[in-house]
Amino acid sequence: MAESGGHGVGGAAGVMGGSAPYARRGPSPTALGRWLKGERLGEDAAIALAAGRAAARARARMIGRRVLLSLPALVGVVIVSFVLTRALPGDPAAYFAGPAADAQSIAEIRAQLGLDRSLPEQFLVYVGDLLGGDLGQSISTGQPVLEELARRLPASLELTLSALILSTLVAVPLGVAAAARQGTWVDHACRAVVTAGVSLPTFFTGIALVYVFYYVLGWAPAPLGRLDLLYFPPEPVTGFYTVDAVLAGELETLRGALAQLALPAVTLALFTMAPLARMARAAMLEALGSDYVRTARAAGLSPTRVLYGVAFSNAMLPVVTTLGMVFSFTLGANVLVEKVFAWPGVGSYAVEALVVSDYAAVQGFVLAMAVLFVALNLLIDVIYTLIDPRTRQGA
Amino acid sequence: MTAATPARPTGLRAFLAHGAYVLRDNPVTLIAFALFLFIVFCAVFGPLLAPYDPLESNAARALQPPSADHWFGTDSLGRDVFSRVLVATRLDLAISVAAVALSFCAGSAIGAAAGYWGGWVDAVTGRVVDTIMAFPLFVLAMGIVAALGNTVENIVYATAIINLPFYARVARAEVAIRREAGFAQAARLAGNSDLRVLALHIFPNALPPMMVQLSLNMGWAILNAAGLSFIGLGVRPPTPEWGIMVAEGANFIVSGEWWLAIFPGLALMLAVFTFNLLGDGLRDLVDPRRRT
Repeated sequence: MAESGGHGVGGAAGVMGGSAPYARRGPSPTALGRWLKGERLGEDAAIALAAGRAAARARARMIGRRVLLSLPALVGVVIVSFVLTRALPGDPAAYFAGPAADAQSIAEIRAQLGLDRSLPEQFLVYVGDLLGGDLGQSISTGQPVLEELARRLPASLELTLSALILSTLVAVPLGVAAAARQGTWVDHACRAVVTAGVSLPTFFTGIALVYVFYYVLGWAPAPLGRLDLLYFPPEPVTGFYTVDAVLAGELETLRGALAQLALPAVTLALFTMAPLARMARAAMLEALGSDYVRTARAAGLSPTRVLYGVAFSNAMLPVVTTLGMVFSFTLGANVLVEKVFAWPGVGSYAVEALVVSDYAAVQGFVLAMAVLFVALNLLIDVIYTLIDPRTRQGA
Repeated sequence: MTAATPARPTGLRAFLAHGAYVLRDNPVTLIAFALFLFIVFCAVFGPLLAPYDPLESNAARALQPPSADHWFGTDSLGRDVFSRVLVATRLDLAISVAAVALSFCAGSAIGAAAGYWGGWVDAVTGRVVDTIMAFPLFVLAMGIVAALGNTVENIVYATAIINLPFYARVARAEVAIRREAGFAQAARLAGNSDLRVLALHIFPNALPPMMVQLSLNMGWAILNAAGLSFIGLGVRPPTPEWGIMVAEGANFIVSGEWWLAIFPGLALMLAVFTFNLLGDGLRDLVDPRRRT
């Protein structure tokens, strides 16, 4: 109880501004009361069951509505990428026909690409192609863009996911500790990480890490791709080298893959740590200053239980929402990190395509990343609905 | 203007006094402000101060580590890295200032209109902003530069477009809460047109939070522009620019020539760091409640 003094002001402000949405935060008073008295909430089985069913139904409705809400974003993404593919510098037909083409072959290409039709017609054809999984052909490699993206996506996802897991594991405890011990060295460390993290250019961090850990210390392998030439890639199951190596039982390959993954993942994690730690700290501070935490404290719950049981579960909601924004940044930063570490993912594919003006490949990449991002935001909102303590009560 | 004029002097004096108080109270903001002046100084006078011609190559002194002659060493063509880093300040700053200025103007116009008139204006602009936000922003910038053509101007446009949503959202929110405020209604009753009320009465009051957004955004804009040139977009090789210098230096890092990439990278970091600190400081100045 000793540490509650500092949060009294925040609690009072919460009472005065006690509008409905805030009042509904946290467990409802009656449920909390019963829980505090040590009653099992499921004691009255019939009521609990009915409430559970209603909650599940409400949750399913919410998720359904969220899925519908992501459709306009998807339509917008397709329109923008259509505009981007039509906005090529100069005449796209002349570009695709090549420099040696005469007027007739340009006209043929134009008809072949459908560029002689009206814009709405072209848009319909474009949407039809997309629905058929056709993102066009890469000029430089002659391969369908979708096929190459699909082949390279696991490498990027493996990198992005390991970075996000790593940064969540460091940033969330750091932010929570900083909020719980406001003003101590943990708090200052958290602030330093946050301020430095947002100022670090990812590509520069990557290069600095390569210099220190590869050139000076010699701990890391050369920053060239996912696996050293000494190893054979494991049998592809998931496309993630680390997971596949475990599945195939090749521990030596796993070690090699992890060694290659370490530096790029740390680079990306350093970049994503700042917003996560900042949000975890802010959300935790807000939760600790709230009415329900005051109530829980007043009811005599142990500080540990207040911190981790009550405050933490509520503070995680804004953090999960931040993950969406962080993912947007990560997908962009991925491109830079993949270039530094010669990582054979979709990002370096796009960079290679950009260098040789391979527009179909670049726009295919942009569209694929946008669709991935929309899908991820949807997933994050669904997770939010599932972990939100308010929806668990069956309001 | 009429309504605001009498309150001005005291308001300004109070603001300056508050500013002096915040600066005294928070030395970090003071440092940030000093760094900001230093960076602007480098941008303005950099080409005059550079000890060597940033483009002049000399094979005889290629790839030399930092020394008294060449503070930051020399690159593979024997060009002085210190001069290049110094001269690059102007271009890097110009790209991001131009981009942020563009997106500030366009974003605040769009956002203010949406916040003031609401209705279909709000619905349409809201959709546009949501669509931009549906893309991973750096990736969208890559796509825009690829579509418009690989030039420095297009880097500016792309960076401006991906920053637009932030300004539009702040402007919309700040205008919407003041739309029916007493001073706005008084101005309308006095016979001012909607456009005049919005531009001269409501918008100036929404400026402080917009300025904070601007400063916080500036660092991010610099990072994005440098990232784009790092992957080979926009700025062409002989031109000194931090992103492209880091990219060129990256090829030498595995053989131990660290100074090629580290110094331009540090310069970039310092610039971004300065603007982030300044943004936090400005936020304290404008809104003491949101201090963290």
